[in-house]
Amino acid sequence: MSTSTTPDTGSDLLVVRDLTKHFPIRKGLLQRQVGAVQAVDDVTFSVRRGETLSLVGESGCGKTTTGRMITRLIEPTGGQVLLDGRDITHLSAGKLRPLRRDVQMIFQDPYGSLNPRHTVGTIVGTPYRLQKIATPNGVKRAVQDTLELVGLSPEHYNRYPHEFSGGQRQRIGIARALALKPKLIVADEPVSALDVSIQAQVINLLEDLQSELGLTYVMIAHDLSVVRHVSDRVAVMYLGKVVELTDRDALYERPMHPYTIALLSAVPIPDTKRRTDRDQIRLTGDVPSPVNPPPGCRFSTRCWKAQEVCRTDVPPLVDLTPGHQVACHFPENVDAVTTTVV
Amino acid sequence: MSAVASPVLGGLGPAPADAYLSVRDLQVHFPTDDGLVRSVDGLSFDLARGKTLGIVGESGSGKSVTSLSIMGLHAKGTATIGGSIRLDGEELVGASSEHVRALRGKKMAMIFQDPLSAMHPFYTVGHQIIEAYRIHNKVSTKAAREHAIDMLARVGIPQAAQRVDDYPHQFSGGMRQRAMIAMALSCDPDLLIADEPTTALDVTVQAQILDLIRDLQRDFNAAVIIITHDLGVVAELADDILVMYAGRGVEYASATEVFEAPQHPYAWGLLASMPRMDRVRAERLRPIPGQPPSLIQVPPGCPFHPRCPYAATVGSACRTVRPPFALDTSGHYLACHLPPADRAQVWETEIKAML
Repeated sequence: MSTSTTPDTGSDLLVVRDLTKHFPIRKGLLQRQVGAVQAVDDVTFSVRRGETLSLVGESGCGKTTTGRMITRLIEPTGGQVLLDGRDITHLSAGKLRPLRRDVQMIFQDPYGSLNPRHTVGTIVGTPYRLQKIATPNGVKRAVQDTLELVGLSPEHYNRYPHEFSGGQRQRIGIARALALKPKLIVADEPVSALDVSIQAQVINLLEDLQSELGLTYVMIAHDLSVVRHVSDRVAVMYLGKVVELTDRDALYERPMHPYTIALLSAVPIPDTKRRTDRDQIRLTGDVPSPVNPPPGCRFSTRCWKAQEVCRTDVPPLVDLTPGHQVACHFPENVDAVTTTVV
Repeated sequence: MSAVASPVLGGLGPAPADAYLSVRDLQVHFPTDDGLVRSVDGLSFDLARGKTLGIVGESGSGKSVTSLSIMGLHAKGTATIGGSIRLDGEELVGASSEHVRALRGKKMAMIFQDPLSAMHPFYTVGHQIIEAYRIHNKVSTKAAREHAIDMLARVGIPQAAQRVDDYPHQFSGGMRQRAMIAMALSCDPDLLIADEPTTALDVTVQAQILDLIRDLQRDFNAAVIIITHDLGVVAELADDILVMYAGRGVEYASATEVFEAPQHPYAWGLLASMPRMDRVRAERLRPIPGQPPSLIQVPPGCPFHPRCPYAATVGSACRTVRPPFALDTSGHYLACHLPPADRAQVWETEIKAML
C-alpha cells in the first residue's frame, strides 16, 4: 500500500531524519520573532517493525515534542518523518487522515485525555466513525471486542470515564488507540501516572498487545527501570538532542555518554544494602534553557569530563561500536584506543 | 469493631522513651454524601529524633491524610479524628487549632509534593521564608532576611542573595522544591514531614534533593517522615518502613527487614510488581491483581483479601475477621492471618527467589 521512495527503509517502519522543532518566541506589537525555544534539534533515528524504541530524558529534553512530531500533532520546523518509506513530514490534514489509522497515540494523563462527557462507547467508537471503517457486526460490537482486548468488560460500554480508576482509564485510552489496528503507537508516559501494582498490569498489557498484534511502539518515558523492562532500543535525549542510542542491554551495561551514566546512577535502587557502597554521580545545577543552549556539546555545562573542545564543537552522533551511537567527545566505556585521543 | 488488638494502643505497646512522635490507633474519617470515607483506620507508629520513617503505599492508602492530621491541617469540621498523636509528649488530637498552629514551623514542618501550588505565587520566595521565621523568632526583618538567604544557600540555590527576591515562577522545579525545603527548615523543626518530596522531579534532581534531606537531618537531628510510593526513595533514606494499605498499617519494621525479608503478601506484591534495574530483567512483571479498594466500602476482614493470592489457604478468617496489627514472630509488626510457619514457607519457596 505504501509507495517506497527510499530503499533503506526495508525493516524500518519509521525513520526520523534531522527532525527539528523550534518554537518561535514573539514579542512586541508586530509579533516579531525574537528567539526560539530549540525544543528538538537534528534528531535522527529509526524504528524497526515490531520493536519498542524508548525516548528517555528529563523534563524539557524534547522527548514529548519528538513524539508529537511523529504523530504530526506538532508541525516540524525541519527534517523528515518517513512512515513506511513515505514522507509524512508536511502532508496536509486531508492527506494525513488515512495515515492516522496507522499511527496512534497513548497519552500520559488518563484523567485529561478522555472527554468526561462522552461514554466509553463514544470514546472508543469515534475512530471507527471518523475513518468510516466497515464493522461487520456494528460499531458497538467492534468497540466491545476492543474493550475485551484491553482487559475491560463489554458492559463498560455505556459508562463514563469518571466511573473508572486510573489504571482502567489508561486501558480505555489504549483501547481507543488500538481501535483502528495501527502499525505504530506512540505512547507518551503511558504508566507514569499509575500506582506501582497497576503500572505492572498496564506494562504487561502493552507487551501482550505488541506480540499479539505485531505493534511497533515508540515509548516516551522518564522512569529508567520501566524503560529497561519494555524497550528493545533506547534513545537518551538531553536538551533537544539525542546523546546516546543503542540496544537496551548495551545502554544499561555499558553506557558511554556521561549524561547517561549520571542518569543511571541517580536512579534510587530499592535495596538498603546498596545505600552505602554505590558510587553515585551527582550532577550539579539545572538543565540550561533551550532558548539559549550552550554552544558545542549541550551537556558541557554540567559534565565532569568537559574540556575546551566540548564548549566549542558539537559532538556528532556516531557509531562507536556497531549499533551503539554516542554524541560525545570523551565517551566512557569504549576501548582504550579510542579514548586516548586528546 | 476494630478492637481486635488492644483498642488503645493499636497493636504497638506504649511509646518508647525516645519517641518524639508517637501515633496510636489513629482514625481519620471523612463523612461524605456517599458514605463515611475511612482514610486512616487504626494506624500506629513511633519515631525518634534523628531517625527517618518511610511510609509507603499506593494512592488512597491514607499516607498523605496521616501527615495532614499530624500537622493539624484538615479544615475544621471536615474530618473526624480519633486515636492519639503525641508530639514531644504533647497530645495533638483534640488540641486547639491555635495551639497546633504555634507548634507548626518550630516543632514540626512539612514539605509538600507540588512546590508550585504550595508556594504563594504573589509573594517573593524570600518574603515567604521571612514570614514563617519571624512568627517564631522575635527578630528584625533584616536579620530574618539574612537568615532566609542563609537557608537558600544551604539548600543549594545559586546566588541566594539575589534569588531571595525572585517569585516562585522564576525558579525551576528543582529550585522551587529546594526553596520549600528551606522554608520548612527555616525554624529548625524537630519533626519534618516530606510528602512525596521528589515525585514531581527528574531523577538527577531527585538525587540532589534526597542528599539534601539526608544532610539536613544529620545537621539538625530532626525526626523525618518521608511519604512516597517509590520504594527506591525509601530504601535510600528510611530507617524504618511502614507499609500502608486501605488506611491501615499492614507491615512495620526496619527498612532492611522490609526489603530483605518482607512478611506481608501486599509487601511481596509491591516488591515483585516493580521493574528493577539492579536485577536481571524479568520477562514479565508480576502485578498485584485487581485494584485498591474504595475507602467507603473497605472489604470486611483483611482489606487486602480480594487481591491476596494466599487468602484461600487461610480460610474464612481473611474475609470476616480484621487481622490485628501486632508483633509477629519475625519481629515485624504485621496485620495478616497467614500462620507464621506458612508465611515463612511461602517466603522461602516462592517469594524470595522472585525479588
